[in-house]
Amino acid sequence: MTRRRRFADREDLLGAAMLAPALAYVLLLVGVPFGLAIVLSFSNATAGSLSFGWAGFANYSAIFADPIFRRALANTAIVTVGSQVLVVVLATAAAQVFRAAFHGKRTARFVLLLPWAVPVSLAAIAWTWIFDSTFSVINWTLKVSGLLHGWLYWLGEPGLALVAIIIVQAWRIFPFATVIVLAGLSSLPQDVMEAAIVDGAGFWRRLFYVELPLLLPVVAVAVLFGVVYTATDLGVVYILTGGGPANTTHVLPTLAFQRGIQGADLGQGAAIAVFLLPFLIVVAILMLRLARHSEVGSR
Amino acid sequence: MAGVEIRHLSKRFGQLYAVDDVDLSIREGEFLVLLGPSGCGKTTLLRMIAGLEQPTTGQIHIGGERMDDVPPRARGIAMVFQSYALYPHRTVSRNISFPLEALGLPRAAIDEKVRWAAEMFGIGRYLDRYPRQLSGGERQRVALCRALVRDPKVFLLDEPLANLDAKLRNTARDELKRFQRRIKTTTVYVTHDQVEAMGLGDRIVVMDGGRVRQVGTPQEVYEEPVDTFVATFVGQPPMNLLPARDPALPPGTLLGFRPEHFLPRDHVTAGEPLQTFPFAVRRVEYLGSDRYVYGTIADGAANDATVIAKLPATVGMAIPEGETLEFAVPRRALRYFDGATGARRP
Repeated sequence: MTRRRRFADREDLLGAAMLAPALAYVLLLVGVPFGLAIVLSFSNATAGSLSFGWAGFANYSAIFADPIFRRALANTAIVTVGSQVLVVVLATAAAQVFRAAFHGKRTARFVLLLPWAVPVSLAAIAWTWIFDSTFSVINWTLKVSGLLHGWLYWLGEPGLALVAIIIVQAWRIFPFATVIVLAGLSSLPQDVMEAAIVDGAGFWRRLFYVELPLLLPVVAVAVLFGVVYTATDLGVVYILTGGGPANTTHVLPTLAFQRGIQGADLGQGAAIAVFLLPFLIVVAILMLRLARHSEVGSR
Repeated sequence: MAGVEIRHLSKRFGQLYAVDDVDLSIREGEFLVLLGPSGCGKTTLLRMIAGLEQPTTGQIHIGGERMDDVPPRARGIAMVFQSYALYPHRTVSRNISFPLEALGLPRAAIDEKVRWAAEMFGIGRYLDRYPRQLSGGERQRVALCRALVRDPKVFLLDEPLANLDAKLRNTARDELKRFQRRIKTTTVYVTHDQVEAMGLGDRIVVMDGGRVRQVGTPQEVYEEPVDTFVATFVGQPPMNLLPARDPALPPGTLLGFRPEHFLPRDHVTAGEPLQTFPFAVRRVEYLGSDRYVYGTIADGAANDATVIAKLPATVGMAIPEGETLEFAVPRRALRYFDGATGARRP
């Protein structure tokens, strides 16, 4: 037996060595592009040319003056808030259902999680068929059940197209949120729920006055993830509407892609992409603070 | 105020009977303690009275009304949980007011009632605090307040003192008993602690394996146990049991006596008929107010069951370890049990 310390005994070296790949990944694939985006947003760089010049806040003032950008900003907010409201309501309800014991629960849970596992682009293509102007299965169903008399051009009218985008975004985040809320539900103290029963509270009172307040930290985490995923998503809008009709359904990521890559104006594209950053940071801080503040006290 | 009648009540979980054909009649205003080891069914029985558990068979009547199909909120009961189960996101006053809000009382009436209950338990100062800011004893009082404001016909308490530290438990016990005497509400109290049961109960129900072994006053349960389970479960240290050597008794009879009745011969009250035993002392435990003496009966029989003597501090004589001394039990303190069934014999 050698008495010398081996590499595996040196916790300092071993730790550094094991952290290195993760650190390299974050620095090279997240940190560098992120820094580059910020730098680019203050430049007049274009795709296809190596010229680089500082532009100061020119890109930012340009996008501010642009009604398409303002529309995209509003759309991003509408889609994010709309889909997350939908997600919170649906996920809380679904978690209640999945908590109950019923036949085929495992299968149902598996099916529930499927949207989470499907690649965004594939799912979005499937949804373009669901919202297709000629073959829309939603229209067909509404028509057959007698609820619809005209015809809905889902992706052809700005308002409806936004609704469609909200539905798809909600559908995408919903399974994840349900799983989180379900985990939160199962960690609620059972005796507190029973105390509420004995104290005479009915289902709705228990739900709104005991269960949901106790679930708040968990729901906040789900919403935080949902907001970040939705506000930064390119795929769904890009495939569903491509920002159309007439640039009315752009969100910031699609607009950034259009201006920066397709339109070759890297500086403006970067400015659009970076624009949401301060807002998302504030959201993240608020949510985490809320989660900590309402944490269930020590028992 | 109301009594509780329990008839042929059973609860089965899979193959296991948690509560097995229990009949029990709880009197109006009585403080009844359900006592037993963990898993004996006492908590399941309490939860069935509360309505948190549905009986497999049998009936529950509260105040003369059949209640086993009635939801918990309509049974006129209030419950205090072992963990207190306070609502962590509500202040003390909003915890206490919760049942009143559920009843739909006007705000002013709720406030008045909360204040009254809080004053009763001396927690008026804490009304704006959150449960996490309170000590164990304070939380327990909040839980009692929350139960009290419902004006229940029956109080159900599930080991409410178990989470308090030992120092606090004595005063909390005294407070609880005084409180119950004042409001005179029928109370069912679950515990596995026989000291609590003896100290609090007007009557004690000793349970084991889902069945009621004995119902009686603390004195009855302690002095006249109906079987060896009750004899050894109630009392600390437990009743000594050894095979009886008296040929006049049926074979297999067990002889039982309490450790405090088992004293050095010279220290037993004179003028009483006694049974004497040669006691081989193995070890002496000094506990301040008492000494516990562990040993065996050295009467020639192959019997190495440990026998414990509990000597009060007033018995000053030296008990040398390793020696055999003459100990005695007054005959009136001897109890006889069937060795096979454990049942009491006259």
